[in-house]
Amino acid sequence: MAKKKLKTGSDLTWKDMEVGNIVKEAGSASARKTGDWRTERPILDKEKCTKCALCWLYCPDAAIKPTEEGYYEADLDYCKGCGICADICPVEAITMTEEEEQ
Amino acid sequence: MSKRVGLEASHAAAEAARMADVDVIAAYPITPQTHIPERLAEMVANGELEAAYIAVESEHSALSACLGSAAVGARTFTATAGQGLELMHEVVYVASSMRYPIVMTVCNRALSAPLSVWGDHSDAMAVRDTGWIQVFCQNNQEAFDMTLWAFRVGEDSRVLLPVMVHFDGFSLSHVTEPVILPEQGEVDRFLPKFHYPFALNPDKPMTHGAFGPPDIYSEAKVAQEIALRKSKKVILQGWQEFGDIFGRYYDPVEAYRTEGAKLLLLTMGSFSETAKAAVDAKKDKGESVGLINLRLWRPFPFKELRQVVKGAETLIVFDRCISFGGPGGPVSSEIRSALYNEKKRPMAVSFVGGLGGRDMSVKDFGYIIDRGREVAEEGSSELFETVGIRGKVTGIRG
Repeated sequence: MAKKKLKTGSDLTWKDMEVGNIVKEAGSASARKTGDWRTERPILDKEKCTKCALCWLYCPDAAIKPTEEGYYEADLDYCKGCGICADICPVEAITMTEEEEQ
Repeated sequence: MSKRVGLEASHAAAEAARMADVDVIAAYPITPQTHIPERLAEMVANGELEAAYIAVESEHSALSACLGSAAVGARTFTATAGQGLELMHEVVYVASSMRYPIVMTVCNRALSAPLSVWGDHSDAMAVRDTGWIQVFCQNNQEAFDMTLWAFRVGEDSRVLLPVMVHFDGFSLSHVTEPVILPEQGEVDRFLPKFHYPFALNPDKPMTHGAFGPPDIYSEAKVAQEIALRKSKKVILQGWQEFGDIFGRYYDPVEAYRTEGAKLLLLTMGSFSETAKAAVDAKKDKGESVGLINLRLWRPFPFKELRQVVKGAETLIVFDRCISFGGPGGPVSSEIRSALYNEKKRPMAVSFVGGLGGRDMSVKDFGYIIDRGREVAEEGSSELFETVGIRGKVTGIRG
């Protein structure tokens, strides 16, 4: 889908509010960075990773993306830090780390 | 031809919903519910009305189901009362904030404890600030008329807000009065088909009910507030069109024999008719009195109220609800607030009575007028006066 540059919340006046605050464009979340309230982030250990793609499959927010090298890494613009990828990884290649430590 | 029939207000409201050809009714049938959903269920079951009747497991679910129904553009109706409205409370806000033009009748009842399902306005006052258009009916004809009118106004593309039609539990909801029912053709002329411009549709996906972070919530609420206030224009237009078709005209503030009156009494709901009889009796004795029946509750009719009280010296406000620990009944607070910054305003006296099904007679309203005049002249140590309470009431102090 073609991404349009959306106004951020702080650009909008009350007159810009849609009736009932409806979001008329589907998939508009991809145009906004939604991962800014994450408290933990997944760190991938490429030594352990077998490229099985289970993390990519299980990520509830479709925030895990394949890299050119064939690994799977979280897009931190969207990752909420839920830890499902770390939990599902059969070889424990993903560890959740406190955001504050980064 | 229209016909004149005997109907209780509950059946009159059900008839209005049927003639409005509602698509979806979601309601919870257990006490404190009234005959409205019961009658509609019959109509659906016997083929008088082609609609989806959703029997849910609570009032919270009833209004939640209505959200979904309105979101796809179906004409949606529900009814509740008393504690049922309280259980709905969370969703009452959601309906107005998402701008779904649901019509809901509320047969006003007391709130427990002590356990009561009898009539007063406590349930209505608890949803005062929920962002719905709200009107109070005086009699069964109004219960029919306002229910029909509610669809016309709420569904208007310039409004898109839910409408709550209040009428008194028992004294109207369960009492038979003559009601003039119009012809279907007249109703169809008054009420166009509902066209909801943002109906959910898989072919054109959109999001209803998105998250509102702090950088957008305040703007969203202001937009909602302006929308409710702007609906007044359509409200008035709707009543004008209603009158032009059905011959009965309604005002936000009904002034009854107020011309030149020094003392005015303000009431809401069915007791307004009783109070009118009291005003008539006082007028016959040469007293300078008149009655204001406040019909439109939200958006509040400031202009019309200020206009009608302009020449009065005393304004008595009667509430069927206590605002515990507050300055008076909720209606009284609103009226005083609406007039506070006026250069010339009447002295306000607040009364509370008619709680939990306690009847208010013509004589009681006669007492309110007499005692109200006395309080206006001599003052009172109490923030509000009560009527019909056994034992002298003292201790309602600021």
